[in-house]
Amino acid sequence: MSLTRPQVEAIAHLARLEITEAQMPVYVDSLSRIIDFVEQLSAADTTGVEPMAHPLADQVQRLRADQVAETDQHEKYQQNAPAVAAGLYLVPKVIE
Amino acid sequence: MSLHTLTVAELAAGLEARRFSSLDLALHFLGRIERLAPELNAFVTVTADRALADARAADERLARGEGGPLTGVPVAHKDIFCTDGILTTCASKMLSNFVAPYDATVVQRWRAAGMVLLGKTNMDEFAMGSSNETSFYGLVRNPWDRARVPGGSSGGSAAAVAACLAPAASGTDTGGSIRQPAALTNLTGLKPTYGRVSRYGMIAFASSLDQGGVLTRSAEDAALLLGAMAGFDPRDSTSVDAPVPDYVAELGQPLKGVRIGVIREFFDQGLEPGVGKLVQDAIEALRLQGAAVREVSLPSLPLSVPTYYVVAPAECSSNLSRFDGVRFGHRCDSPRDLLDLYKRSRGEGFGDEVKRRIMTGTYVLSAGYYDAYYLKAQKVRQLIAADFERAFTEVDVVIGPTAPTPAFELGAKTSDPITMYLNDIYTIGANLAGLPAISIPCGFVQEAGKDLPVGLQLIGPHFSESRLLAVSHQYQQLTDWHRRVPKGYE
Repeated sequence: MSLTRPQVEAIAHLARLEITEAQMPVYVDSLSRIIDFVEQLSAADTTGVEPMAHPLADQVQRLRADQVAETDQHEKYQQNAPAVAAGLYLVPKVIE
Repeated sequence: MSLHTLTVAELAAGLEARRFSSLDLALHFLGRIERLAPELNAFVTVTADRALADARAADERLARGEGGPLTGVPVAHKDIFCTDGILTTCASKMLSNFVAPYDATVVQRWRAAGMVLLGKTNMDEFAMGSSNETSFYGLVRNPWDRARVPGGSSGGSAAAVAACLAPAASGTDTGGSIRQPAALTNLTGLKPTYGRVSRYGMIAFASSLDQGGVLTRSAEDAALLLGAMAGFDPRDSTSVDAPVPDYVAELGQPLKGVRIGVIREFFDQGLEPGVGKLVQDAIEALRLQGAAVREVSLPSLPLSVPTYYVVAPAECSSNLSRFDGVRFGHRCDSPRDLLDLYKRSRGEGFGDEVKRRIMTGTYVLSAGYYDAYYLKAQKVRQLIAADFERAFTEVDVVIGPTAPTPAFELGAKTSDPITMYLNDIYTIGANLAGLPAISIPCGFVQEAGKDLPVGLQLIGPHFSESRLLAVSHQYQQLTDWHRRVPKGYE
């Protein structure tokens, strides 16, 4: 196993994913296999190779004029929210 | 020939000649969907009322003489494309309650062309899979043999078109998700150049690889539909501002003199001999028509699968962080605090494969591992792109199989993620290099008394869709593999 259970627990925490007790060994096993598999990249000679920044050469980030282009549609968008009040998204109390 | 086995081009001609109305077509396809879609599980949502309304509007438009070439033709969208006012789930529990508040650009463009929406097709959850077995809404079956997978992730689109429940459907391709299901179900599947088709409203998986495209019955149909979906969109920052050619007009380019490179690395030990034989036969057919065929080598290509399984999960872990249980999507019951809300909403809302990819991505991007995995993969990706670039100085297109085997049995590869990942070994390279690629039917192998389709793949330089479509169209003038329909769905 290239990954240990505590490592996978730490990854799950970073990813904000609750993993059940029963599922944890399955993830330790499959994530280890994936990491072992991608390990073969380390053998590739990439001396002097620039990492790819974009699949098409010479692309630049497009800018636009600083003008209002979108209309306020928060009521429509908030119809998909689990809990809202007065136009605000509700979450459990953050500050005690 | 019955209505449902016609191509989009033939349906458009029939509509123009008033042989049938758009409403006739909508009713015919909705009837087939009602009867046959459940046994395949091809759709997440059937939009019957919307289809009838679209069809009536299309008929009025045609009567006024204001229709375009696609007005009144029914189509289905992969459930990864946002559709205003219609459930858009990405086949995930996370979005099982999500009604999109706007149309994706692809949806909006086909709608503006007067196309009729039949429904939203099933897929692997968040497009992560090669067999359509990871959907929250259940697996999809292959109409050529319902004990087998249709391929993934656009498996519902593939099954729907192959079973003649829709004349064509949209798909998305991050590592082969249009081409591999097209190959496994006897369809033409086109993944355009990165940036050719807008990603706006297409739920993101891996943003440097994702590209929308089509699954159709012919290269001509793919040309028609690509023309109606491609083009610059200011709402997608990676959309390329370049004119869209008339793909249909360019289908007539002859095969004579086209330089075709056979990719040596694609004919490896993993390729099933029966599949390899059909692909070689197809290449020989192209050569006999005057194409100049030679072998090319892309030595870094065998590293494309491990490269992909660093880059794609990394981008997925970042993209899927938006699903937090706060603004939309699934929220767990009675969260204790904000951290509990995040963890349980995401833990419950995502399926196993999605969680596995998010965690892989989180790991390869985490402090201390970034250089060894992510940066290294982006360098190898550059080597793979350079291999293609070198090949394209000598040939116009490269060719090989789309998938190493025909459709495999349901459940055959679900226990080991690596076995499943290796299924995309021939398709991933085009995504890593941002290249357009197409899969077209090239024959059948027999397995356990069933005819199983095999796909031929062509990959070209950036923005060479016209060439890929023309070579495919010429091949389809010589062969009728693409017109075969599975038993029980004629």
